[in-house]
Amino acid sequence: MTRIEFWQGNTACAEGALAAGCRFFGGYPITPSTEVAEHMAVKLPKKNGIFIQMEDEIASIASVIGASWTGARAMTATSGPGFSLMMENIGFAAMTETPCVIVNVQRGGPSTGQPTMGAQGDMMQCRFGSHGDYSIIALCPASVQEMYELTAKAFNLADEYRVPVFLMADEVVGHMREKIVIPDSVPYVSRKALVKGTLPFKADSDLIPGFPQFGKGYGVHVTGLTHDERGYPCATNPKLHEALVMRLVDKIESARHKIADYEILNPDAEEVFIAYGAPVRTVQQLMHDQQDKTLGFLRIRTVWPFPEFALKEFKNARRFLVPEMNLGQIAREIERHVQVPVVSLPKLGGDLHTPAELLTALEAR
Amino acid sequence: MSFEDWYRQDRLPHIFCAGCGNGTIINCTLAAIEQMAWKKEETVFVSGIGCSSRAPGYIAADSLHTTHGRAIAFATGVKLANPELNVVVFTGDGDLAAIGGNHFIHGCRRNIDITVICMNNQIYGMTGGQGSPTTPLGCFSSTTPFGCAEAPFDLCELAIAAGANYVSRWTSYHVKELEKAVYAGLQTPGFSFIEALVQCPTAFGRRNKFKQVGDQVDYLRTHSMLKAKHDRLLEQGEHIPPDMFVVGELVRRNRPVPGVKI
Repeated sequence: MTRIEFWQGNTACAEGALAAGCRFFGGYPITPSTEVAEHMAVKLPKKNGIFIQMEDEIASIASVIGASWTGARAMTATSGPGFSLMMENIGFAAMTETPCVIVNVQRGGPSTGQPTMGAQGDMMQCRFGSHGDYSIIALCPASVQEMYELTAKAFNLADEYRVPVFLMADEVVGHMREKIVIPDSVPYVSRKALVKGTLPFKADSDLIPGFPQFGKGYGVHVTGLTHDERGYPCATNPKLHEALVMRLVDKIESARHKIADYEILNPDAEEVFIAYGAPVRTVQQLMHDQQDKTLGFLRIRTVWPFPEFALKEFKNARRFLVPEMNLGQIAREIERHVQVPVVSLPKLGGDLHTPAELLTALEAR
Repeated sequence: MSFEDWYRQDRLPHIFCAGCGNGTIINCTLAAIEQMAWKKEETVFVSGIGCSSRAPGYIAADSLHTTHGRAIAFATGVKLANPELNVVVFTGDGDLAAIGGNHFIHGCRRNIDITVICMNNQIYGMTGGQGSPTTPLGCFSSTTPFGCAEAPFDLCELAIAAGANYVSRWTSYHVKELEKAVYAGLQTPGFSFIEALVQCPTAFGRRNKFKQVGDQVDYLRTHSMLKAKHDRLLEQGEHIPPDMFVVGELVRRNRPVPGVKI
């Protein structure tokens, strides 16, 4: 039986994780994500799980990665400054192909910035924040319902692709309260186990190696150094390094179509809005107010890997308008893929775009 | 099983320099683990970055070679998520006391049931010999060319103050004592910390008037003072030369140990 609740976004995130079987949370208090940790602190012990408040965000993500190697579904939640601290170990997770879920309830930056105000300023950081080349998956919820569903989905993607998956929420969605329908269960994709006797970092045809869980007799060596298929350090072989990094990138990029999650409204429109996260709500309001089929809308839930093929579905598009709570981080990504003008509609400070602001942008031709 | 079975033979030769003390510490640790009759499939080795942190790569069990300074935080996740696993951390003075200092004291405070073995060579060996938080006053390194001007950490005092359940210090000279100490550490529930001072001929010895590997090992031998003697001298108000360091079992206690089985 489904049930209906009236929840805060951060509560829905924690509950989505629990429904997905998350059994380890390592975190550190930071506004505006703290409610995720607080909810997990109450709920996890009752589900035989582990909640631990670590000494900082570096340790939080480290404990999550350690827990993941024992086979547990593990997550952390943070915001801007904590997210910055996590970057090195996020690269470690990408390099060692450790499934983990990182929730970033974004707030205004740079630095301490606006702890209680929403922003989307970390969209590029989650994609490129750690050093070196790699690929990750990032989801952007626009409602309390999606805080639940996309968090659960993040665990499946992390386990399927053996990659850090980000839930790039924002303060607006994290702290708003609205109606949510709780399903009986959420879809579950398990981690592919390593076949005994095969090399631990030798990928299958899907470019993803089986997971050699600690404590199962694999005797696997896991290192952040460039490693061969045995998992052994091999840091000075240029070809081996290139092949490893290319595989880490390709296993995500080649699955872009499969990972992609987006919605298209009025594909024949000439004027097309593109949004993710909280600004989705303003565009929806505008579309609702206008009742105008000449307005198109691409609403993206998986921002990374970026589903550029979705842009091609707007064959008559003459302009893409991109409201973001940053200075056009994803607008720039869209520009790379289209020939028509891309109008970035940045808004900083924490307030959502108003429908009137979007209308003004639409009318300014 | 012989303790040699704990090594990944296909990983040899190792990267340690000729005369390095790290191998001695790994041997002592594996001998102690062998005594515990732990199985490979229920033992996990975790490390950070540095010479010491390469140790897990040579051991034929599950091993996690992580980022600089963070080994204890990773190990905390491993142990809490699966308390059935025996978790041993190899670290060095730079990894543990500089970049990882916060994780070290919080590991001790939390008293998670892991054993941390620090190979203290008093210098950054892997990067070519820079001063570390345990480089003694006046000692030379590539970043203390006029002699180290900062006082070093006493890692064991730090662990004791922060709450570790078991703390001892030995050197690469004291092979039997070290093995016993590691064994005691592995047996003690909670956070066990064993500091093993090691010679580093390549980065430390050659800059600090130890012409032969044996010279530095001999220095470690002659400058270690048993805890009992140290306490007696202290009680009698006698002078203890500042270049002497205490060896032996420094703490064994029973602070509560967290850990909920998943």
